[in-house]
Amino acid sequence: MTRWGMVIDLDKCVACQGCTVACRMENNTPIVSPEQSEMGRSILWNEVFPIEEHAEFAAEDTNATFIPRPCMHCDNPPCIKVCPVEATFKSDETGGQVLQRYDRCIGCRFCTLACPYGVRYFNWHEPQWSPEIALHLNPNSEVEPRPKGIVEKCTFCIQRLHEALELAEEEGRNFRPEDYQPACVQTCTGKARFFGDLDNPDSTVSQLAGSRRAFRLLEELGTNPKVIYLKEG
Amino acid sequence: MAQLRNKYQDLLIEPTRTTTQREKGVLLILAAILIWGIFAYIHQLRNGLGVSGMNRPVYWGLYIVNFVFFIGLAHSGTFISAILRLVGAEWRVPLARAAEAITIFALPFGAGSILIDMGRIDRIGNTILYGRFMSPILWDITAVTLYMFSSIIFFYLSLLPDIAIMRDTLPENAPRWRRVFYTRLALGWQHSPEKYRRLEKVLGSMAIFMSMLVITVHTVVSFIFSMMLQPGWHTAILGPFFLVGAVYSGSAATIMLMAALRWKFKLEQVLPFKYFNYMRKLLIALALAWSYFMGVEFLTAIYGNEPEEMSVVFSKLYGDFSLIFWTMVLACFFIPLAILLTKGKKSVAWLVGAAVIINIGMWLERYIVIVPSEAFPRIGYELNQGFYFPSFVEISITAACFAGMALLYMIFTKLFPMIPIWETAQHVPGLPHGFTGYDDDENLSLVGDD
Repeated sequence: MTRWGMVIDLDKCVACQGCTVACRMENNTPIVSPEQSEMGRSILWNEVFPIEEHAEFAAEDTNATFIPRPCMHCDNPPCIKVCPVEATFKSDETGGQVLQRYDRCIGCRFCTLACPYGVRYFNWHEPQWSPEIALHLNPNSEVEPRPKGIVEKCTFCIQRLHEALELAEEEGRNFRPEDYQPACVQTCTGKARFFGDLDNPDSTVSQLAGSRRAFRLLEELGTNPKVIYLKEG
Repeated sequence: MAQLRNKYQDLLIEPTRTTTQREKGVLLILAAILIWGIFAYIHQLRNGLGVSGMNRPVYWGLYIVNFVFFIGLAHSGTFISAILRLVGAEWRVPLARAAEAITIFALPFGAGSILIDMGRIDRIGNTILYGRFMSPILWDITAVTLYMFSSIIFFYLSLLPDIAIMRDTLPENAPRWRRVFYTRLALGWQHSPEKYRRLEKVLGSMAIFMSMLVITVHTVVSFIFSMMLQPGWHTAILGPFFLVGAVYSGSAATIMLMAALRWKFKLEQVLPFKYFNYMRKLLIALALAWSYFMGVEFLTAIYGNEPEEMSVVFSKLYGDFSLIFWTMVLACFFIPLAILLTKGKKSVAWLVGAAVIINIGMWLERYIVIVPSEAFPRIGYELNQGFYFPSFVEISITAACFAGMALLYMIFTKLFPMIPIWETAQHVPGLPHGFTGYDDDENLSLVGDD
């Protein structure tokens, strides 16, 4: 079976936040005012965070460490257990992405609290964009802007998988794993991101996942994330 | 056939006969606050939950605090009417209805707070259509709904004979709607020995079920927090701790209402001080139990010294939430205990003071359990911006919940006797003996205090 996963090489990440912007344009996440953002209400499915935790070990002039954080698409996601209406689920038929049914979510925000990675975003307001950006929204109906009052999240750009499958069928050929790539992987400036099938031992991602530099966030919680980081250094 | 006989019957019915101008004024003020809250909610519906102060990572705020608080407030009613019935504590009898009415009128606002907190209330039907029992929210919906309906039935059954008394003693000039109202509600109750025997039997058996329910419900309420991996929440003690806190705040609220009824309706004869003294002793026991759970929870977290747990603990002890935390400790434990052990022995006024402080403290306790754990999530270094201050909309809706509960309670006191007439009667047909609580020496209950 296919298990889509991502590897992020922190040595190659230049913290440009290109992934954040590409994700926004691909997935039509709304833009909030600076005041709302200050309150922690910005919606960025793929954020790049500075790590300050180990500041006491750092010499004064060392570089800051950054960590880009999409959804971990856990194999054992704590968020789907708590959903009272099964609005969120792990889509095993499409390769294990953790997805959200926008038309079913009741907005209780239980999953946002259950996720230890903070990857789930609530629509506090009706989504809005400045007129210039509104012209360039992704027309794909799968990423239609979500209404206020529900939770949304990174999908590993599931719409791109659907498009790739359709295209392969139109062209009368087999689907190749390379046909499917999330926007953040495609755009990555430092080519730090890799995407592919973790169950295929020959894929780049599963080779890299076996690296001695590989680690996963909050691994001790048993969530089995499908996003794997390669340590700096 | 011997009749139901209660020498205080007229005194107990009197408050339902008239409504003074001042009472109407209070009712109007409460209704105005409630309507204001409804407007605030409509505003929230139109503009989204963004009008609240909630954010990321503090996804749950005042509404969930109110949910836990109101459900907690409800618990003492069942505790007094069911658990104390099972253990045969006769002193519960005059207090039971005042306490149980809290249950009935607090529950809708507890359950309602969850609905107010939902982003898409129009999709509430999804919880039935697609309801998924792996989610603690479904457990909550089940437990709270069951609790609400069982409480209403339990309450109504114990009210039946009194409704019949209201029906039978209605003066000639009473408005027609009152006659219809009591006649319908009394379900044709007659004061026959057989009916009383059956009623006692039903109430006795239902008390067993209610006692189990009251313990389960608040534990289930705690599960929506403790089932999650959030630091500070993920602990088994949360269930019993919530339960003790619930009965604690509910019992304090019972004292407040007993005092209010006694003062307003001049019920000194039927609510002598010894009943306040029983509640005082109960509160002392609960204050000690509460502090025990509190101590165990903090000791376990601090001794383990996990960084994620410690950031929550520190925020309470001397960080962002220290002011609320220490106010809560004073208001839940030190101040009330000092009053209960000294001035409260002789004075209803002091007891009411302690009860008010306990309830403020318990509300803050719900806040301090819920918000800091959200503000300091496990992966804190990326979400450390979390602080929360409720918005005006949330405060308005909170005020409306309290006003709404008081309003319903007040209307109830204008319709039904607040001390059960049949249960405090000197003679009840069919039962071996009447209520003896008013017969004994006034000083008897104070034995053991000196």
